[in-house]
This record gives sequence, C-alpha cells and structure tokens, in this order.
Amino acid sequence: MGVNEPGSSTAVAITNIVKRYGIGDASVLALNDVSLEIQDNEFFTLLGPSGCGKTTLLRIIAGFEQVTAGVVHLYGEEIEQLPANKRPVNTVFQQYALFPHMSVLENIAFGLRMLGKGKAEIESRAKQMLDLVQLGGFADRRPAQLSGGQQQRVALARALAPAPKVLLLDEPLSALDLKLRQAMRVELKQIQEDTGITFVFVTHDQEEALTMSDRIAVMSSGELQQIGTAHEVYEEPRNKFVAGFIGETNLLDVTVEEVRADAAMCRVGDGAPIACSVAGNTTKGARGHISIRPERMSVSKPKRGDKLTGIVDRLVYLGTDTQCLLHLDNGTEITVRAQNAHESTLGVGPGDRAALNIDAGAARLLVD
Amino acid sequence: MAGALNPGGGGAASGVFGALRGWLLAPSLIVIGFFLLAPVCMMLIYSFLTKDFRGGVIWEFSLAAYDQFIFDRGLFGDEPPKIEWIYITIFWRSIWQAAIATILCLVIGFPTAYFIATRPAATRTVWLFLVTIPYWVNLLIRTVSMKFLIRDTGPLNEWLIQFGVIDTPIHVINTNIAVQLGLFYSYLPFMVLPIYASVERYNFALSEAARDLYASRWTTLREVLLPTVKPGIVAGCILVFVPSLGAFLAPDLLGGAKTFMIGSLIEEQFKGNAGNWPFGAAASMILLTVVLIVLMIYARQQSRAEERGH
Repeated sequence: MGVNEPGSSTAVAITNIVKRYGIGDASVLALNDVSLEIQDNEFFTLLGPSGCGKTTLLRIIAGFEQVTAGVVHLYGEEIEQLPANKRPVNTVFQQYALFPHMSVLENIAFGLRMLGKGKAEIESRAKQMLDLVQLGGFADRRPAQLSGGQQQRVALARALAPAPKVLLLDEPLSALDLKLRQAMRVELKQIQEDTGITFVFVTHDQEEALTMSDRIAVMSSGELQQIGTAHEVYEEPRNKFVAGFIGETNLLDVTVEEVRADAAMCRVGDGAPIACSVAGNTTKGARGHISIRPERMSVSKPKRGDKLTGIVDRLVYLGTDTQCLLHLDNGTEITVRAQNAHESTLGVGPGDRAALNIDAGAARLLVD
Repeated sequence: MAGALNPGGGGAASGVFGALRGWLLAPSLIVIGFFLLAPVCMMLIYSFLTKDFRGGVIWEFSLAAYDQFIFDRGLFGDEPPKIEWIYITIFWRSIWQAAIATILCLVIGFPTAYFIATRPAATRTVWLFLVTIPYWVNLLIRTVSMKFLIRDTGPLNEWLIQFGVIDTPIHVINTNIAVQLGLFYSYLPFMVLPIYASVERYNFALSEAARDLYASRWTTLREVLLPTVKPGIVAGCILVFVPSLGAFLAPDLLGGAKTFMIGSLIEEQFKGNAGNWPFGAAASMILLTVVLIVLMIYARQQSRAEERGH
C-alpha cells in the first residue's frame, strides 16, 4: 500500500463517515453516512449547495475536523486519528489564508521548512513552484501587495510545494471575478494533469464542476446524491435534486405506461407516450417526474394534433441563446432554450399559442 | 490655523469647509493644549527654577535640580562632584520593576485575551466585562486590599500554611515581589484588552494553514499567531510599562524602603512643605524623556517593518 501508481490505486477512501456538531437535541448532522472512493491522479469534485456538508468532508480529509463515526483511508493508511500536520495532504483555502507577515517566497517555502528540508532544496523547489504559477518576479512581495488572482496562485503554489499526495481545494476560485475564474479553471486542470497529484475540489458552482472534474460527487443535506462523470451527472441524474442542481431542467408529472429493459414509456397528461431513460426501478401505472433539459426541446406554431401546447409567456434574449418561458395548458411552467444560430427561428412571440416538441432521448424518468 | 491643520482638504474644499474643520477641531485642540501640553511645559519650566524652602519655586534660572539628580556635592554643596547613585539606582529599579510587571502581565494576559477572543461572540462580552469589574473600584482601595491579602498574617499565608504548602509565613509584603504583584494587578487589563482586539481580528484559517503545512502547535503559535497579533502585544506592553514606570501607589503601599520607585520619589517632592518642586519636575522630565525614547524606537521599528511591506 501507499504506492503511487497513476490511475490504479485508491487515493482517498471515505467509509461510512458521520459528522455531528454539538450534542443531544441541539446537534446538527453535517454528514450522514457518506462513503466514496477517490482514485489516484483524479480531479474529483465535491459539489453541492452551501450547508450540504462538502466543506466538512474536505476538512475531515485535511484533519481540521474529527469524525463522529467512520474511517478515512489515504493510500491504504487509516488517517482519521492523525492531526493535520501529520497528514501528507495540503489545502488551498477559500480566502487563501496567506501568512501576511511573510513574503511570497517565505509563504511557499513554509511547508518545506516545516518538513525539515535543506536550505538549497527549499529555495529551488519554492522558485520552481513560483514559476509553475507564473509569479516568477513576485518572490519578495507581501501577500497584501498582490491582486486576488495572484494571491490565489501563491496559495496554490504554497500547497503544492511539499508535493502532497492529495491536494484539497476549498472553493478556491469563488473570490475571483468571472474572467479570472474561467482562466483559472483551465490552469488548475492543466496543473493537475502536469503534476499528477490527486485533486479534491469543493465548489457550489456546477459549471466549475462540469468543466474541470474527472468525476463529481453531488451532495445535499449531508448525504451523497450521486457520483459520476460530468456527462453522467448531467445526462443521467439519479434523482430530482441532481437534475435540478446540475444545469437547468424542467420537471413534468407523468404516468408510466409501459416498462421496457432500459426505458419506459411515459405519458404527460393526455399526450402521446414519450420514451424515457429510467433512474432506478419503476412499474407500470406508477406516477413520477420526467426531467428534460431546456436545450433538448423546441417550440413551434401549433398544428392540429399537437398534444403539448401552451401560451408563450415571454422570450428572454441571452446572447448565445433565447429562452422561451411557456405556460402549458395543464398549468406547468416550461423553459425552452434555443440557440441564436440563425435568424430568429422560434416562429412564435409572447402571447402566441405554441406547441412543445421534445427531442428523442431527452426525457429521463425520476422515481423518488 | 484652519489652513495649517488641513492637510487633506486642499484646492476648492479649503474655503468654507476648511474654516469649519478648524472650528470643529478647536475644542479637542484646546483640551489637549490646556490639560496635556500646558502642565508638561510648566513642569519643564519649573525643573529649571530655584526651589523655595516651603515648597513652590523662586523664579530664578537654575540647573540645581538636574545637578542634584546626577551629582553628589556633599552636604553643603562645596565638595568636588561625584556621581550620585541613589537616584540613578531608583530610576534603574523602576525600569526593571516595570519591565517585570509588564512580562507578568504578558504571560498571564496573552492566554486570557486568547481565551476570550476564541469564545462564542455572545459570551465574549461577559468575559470582557468580568476582566474590567475590579476596575470599578478605586485603585487605592484595591492596592490596600492587596496589602491585606499578602501580609504575613493575611489569607495568602494562612491558606498556604493550612494546606501544608509552607510551615512559616513567606514574607512577601515590602519586597520587590509585592510591588511587582501590585503593578501586575493594577495594569493587567491594559494588556488584555489590546491583545484581545488583535486576536479577535486574527484569521484562524492562518493557524489551520500552518498546521496543514506540517507546523506543530508550538511552531504555529510562534511563527504565525504571535507575529500576526504583534501590534496588540506591543500596544499592551507599552500601556502596562509606561504607567508602571511612574507608579507610586503600589510601591508606596506594598513596598518598603528598598523598593522605592521613581514615582514615589516625584510624589514626595510635591507633598507638604518639605518637598523640592524643581527636583520633582526634573525627575519627571527625565522619566518623560526615557519613555519618549522607548516609544520612538518602537515607532521607528514599526515604520521600518511597514517599509518592508508588513
């Protein structure tokens, strides 16, 4: 165990972790029996709304929080009893937490110095890290003299300098403005691939999670909702929460008409049955929801025989897309998104009657 | 006057608003001038005058007061001058008594301040209030109480004997230790409050970052927490050291002849008819000069640290 073979071993194994704050009636359950495995050399993201327990889980791996129950393994070694300074993991903090009284170089060298490395090694390694984050000329500056983006890079270099087995990142991009955030996403992913270090990344921003991660763990109210690649959690959400939290979606009440091997025929109101992929088991006659992404539907002028019709509430121009809010006759509000590739192709305007067309394979049946 | 005191408001704003600013500043300037600068100037002038035998001064220029502090010219003033060690000794003793009191306050005050600053916000106020409660009682009363507590037959010795720690009373009263205890007790909140203010603003993620980067608890304290809250520690040390240096209540009531401090020396010069006003004023000026030098050294170090970008 403990051998760092890319892609083959488990970097972090979380087993039945429970975390409870406080005692008795006043206690709060932050993590409820969470188990997951993070592979070596993986960019793994913990995604969820604030208060879902993702940061608590990260802090448990870092050693800042004690588990109430459960086991944490790091490359096969049980670590949940080790203090933070004995764990070969490093953290990039949300507000960076750079030491204000030290220069950029001293900040980056801190971990190496604590590990008792030689002076020459510390200096060359720290300089190498500065170059990695493209701050070569800033070695003698103080953190207060740097911009937010530069501070973020220093925090990253400081955490990478001791060559941790796992790098923990606690919403590191949330304090940056949009342009910088987008640039840093690419850069972070690049650094992760170059260094081969396992990244555990915490965020509430689903776009961030989708663009960078090898795998995403979606969390809500202290529980794991789904683990999968970006494609899996977006295209095959396991439940309503995942469907709603990752990207935008529309939920329609349906009745299951027929169950096949890997799909189900569902009817919306008295419309024609729609073929849906299914999350979990279902039976004929069951009621449930189907989730359909706004970009997988279109609106058109109604023709005779169209079953799903409604009134266009309003059109919202979004630059690349136009969003159409449709009020269906059965009372459901639907959002449809159409790319503005051509001259307005919607063919309908606010107040018009319109028919809703669902792309083949777009619907997913969620059984809660 | 308004224009001279108006560094930031140049240009168009200096007219009406400049005058207004001058008027609004006037009350504070008058108070500071009248109650702070004027007495100090008076003492400075008095220190260069000739003493009157019934207290008070004769308006005649003289360096006798400073001369008396430094030189011994015999009983009738006609012998060749030797260095007068008595006052220098008192002065030196005052400095290290104050220094020990400051260290005591720091050693006890820092953990106290840290403890309070790390309590939940709701209970912090209560703790702070508790720290200040003794200071609702007059300093003289508190010092006298301290005297009763630590005297040979006082509760301190009685308890120690009762619990078998000692056989015979330990003699604390009238010693340096008693004076240091008194000073420590008098000025502890001046240490606790500024350190509390620093620690309360301290970002505890810095400690987590240090721990995360393999620092032990002790290293985290020494290399991250202490340097970050240093301004509060320095402020606390100055606020304890300066009044301790000039204190006279604690040395008078708790100390003896061998613990005489400069504050008591000055006090005596102005009490009753036996005093020597110019000498007291000169001693005050020497004390003031030493304090100012210490503060200036500190201020210069701070500005140097700031130049380095701290």
